Amino acid sequence: MKARMFMQRHRKAIAGYMFILPWLLGFMAFTAYPMLYSLYMSFCKVYVTTTGIVTQWIGWSNYGYAFFTDPQFLQTVAGFLESSILEIPVIIVFSLFVALLINQPIRLKGFFRAVFFLPVVISSGEVINQLFSQGAGTIPLVQQYGIVSFVQANLNPALSTPIVAVIQQLVLVLWYSGVQILIFLAGLQKVNSQTYEAASIDGASPWQSFWKITLPEVKPFILVNLIYTIVNLFTNSLNTVVILIKQDMFDVTTGYGYASALSWLYFVVIFVILMLMVLLFGRNEEYGMRRAR
Amino acid sequence: MRQTATDMLWKVGAKGRRVLLGRQGNDGLLFRAVVYALLISIGFVYLYPMLYMLSQSMKSLSDLLNPGVIWIPTSIDLKNFIMSWQVLHYPTALLESLYVSLPPAIAQAISTALVGYGFARFEFPGKRALFILMLFTFIIPVQVVFIPLFVMFNNYSLLGTPLPFLLPSLFASGLKSSLFILIYAQFFRSIPDSLEEAAQIDGAGYLKTFVRIVFPISVPAIVVVLLFSFVWQWNETYMSSLYFGNTLTTLPLQLQAFANSFALLYPATQSVSGANNLNEAIQMAGTLLTILPLLILYFVAQRWFVEVVDRAGITGE
Repeated sequence: MKARMFMQRHRKAIAGYMFILPWLLGFMAFTAYPMLYSLYMSFCKVYVTTTGIVTQWIGWSNYGYAFFTDPQFLQTVAGFLESSILEIPVIIVFSLFVALLINQPIRLKGFFRAVFFLPVVISSGEVINQLFSQGAGTIPLVQQYGIVSFVQANLNPALSTPIVAVIQQLVLVLWYSGVQILIFLAGLQKVNSQTYEAASIDGASPWQSFWKITLPEVKPFILVNLIYTIVNLFTNSLNTVVILIKQDMFDVTTGYGYASALSWLYFVVIFVILMLMVLLFGRNEEYGMRRAR
Repeated sequence: MRQTATDMLWKVGAKGRRVLLGRQGNDGLLFRAVVYALLISIGFVYLYPMLYMLSQSMKSLSDLLNPGVIWIPTSIDLKNFIMSWQVLHYPTALLESLYVSLPPAIAQAISTALVGYGFARFEFPGKRALFILMLFTFIIPVQVVFIPLFVMFNNYSLLGTPLPFLLPSLFASGLKSSLFILIYAQFFRSIPDSLEEAAQIDGAGYLKTFVRIVFPISVPAIVVVLLFSFVWQWNETYMSSLYFGNTLTTLPLQLQAFANSFALLYPATQSVSGANNLNEAIQMAGTLLTILPLLILYFVAQRWFVEVVDRAGITGE
């Protein structure tokens, strides 16, 4: 009996491995191997010849070049980080706000949900490029009421430049919130409605119940959304750093090796930022990343 | 007498106040009005670029230059659509877009379902670590793996075919695969396992149980993954521009080259009418044509979409 049960369990474990086998193979061929290869390339000068790729080991030179010689890389990364520091909170707060609105007992819930999710479907790099180069990205109202000049007049440039940048591409920032709204919505729907009733019987105002009930319940989803937002902003094809890396890839003086070094540096930047977020927002007993049982 | 009158007035006032502000603070008329006002105005901001595109794309040149015409064109001008149809080489580009997007999407929807099921229903040594590794791949920027993949596909002369996207998708490693595996895993966990147990008692193997029992009742999750996968594949230009070279094209790639193709097809003339000059309206028409298939798909599929979100939550837990 015992032996049979052991066999049964064994059989089940093997079946489990068989189910995830495609991913294991894919991970090795399309993620692990390319990662190692690009790490190796980042220490090389890579020549593309008619017979194939020729690599020549040059140690840390690519990384040294990125830090000390390349006029663009550090500046582009810094500029991008500066703008995203403001964009990320805007996206998080906005998506929580919209999720709270949709979660109210309203009519046409499905319609509103469809509207707020629409950008996820159409917002590819090229379409966004077209729309926004034609001026569809800013709302005329924002310009008319002079919010931009007000901000510029009242804050010092270091602070006002990123704020103005966010205002000027407000629609774009909001368009990046579609998935986040859904994630928050899923979180809000899991809050027990009886908790709110009990709180209101005890005389809590909606404002109080938001801070005391909703926000703590939604907190794990804030981390999930932060991670999603950061990955999304950092890897989308309109990102200036991403564009720079692609340029360097086909530049004769820099080439594959240098582009690999840049992408690894960029990966480290993303990783460090994500770890910071996990440390800052995931310290509770119920850490945000879904438990992987 | 007077007492009761004020009493009644007080009661009416209280009732009015209750209707206006509500009992719990979120069911009063005033609150509802604010919610709707906010939803409608934010919704407008959201749809603004779309509405703008729609309106611009139908404007004739004179409408475009006339500051009096803001939203509604004086006449519906379909010339822009005809021109951009030709500039985009629409029928070819549409077919090739489908050719390079649909097979990977289907492959990905199937392979990630298998993997998601493996993570959701089975216990095996190292599962937790593998699951975390799988989630971890989500944060790896594509640039880190892109160059070696490009070299690899070039060595096997797969460039210019849809295989550079299809192969990773078959092995659950295509675009954003870890997100799809996660969605499936959460969805499968939400299904009671009694059905599967019953099937196994009847002697069905694990794979058979999955194909016959689990897959058919997972239609909403499959639709959502298929939709996402297809859309993201469709919109991909970063890798596809290099993978496909000149052999294959997609609508977004055609849109990228819009200005150049336009100049080739309609050489600029010195004529005063400016009929052959690329204007905003033509570009917006081209953009609209590019996303039109996605819009249609979205409106068809979005009802499943809501169901999946309600049932499993895109993140679960």
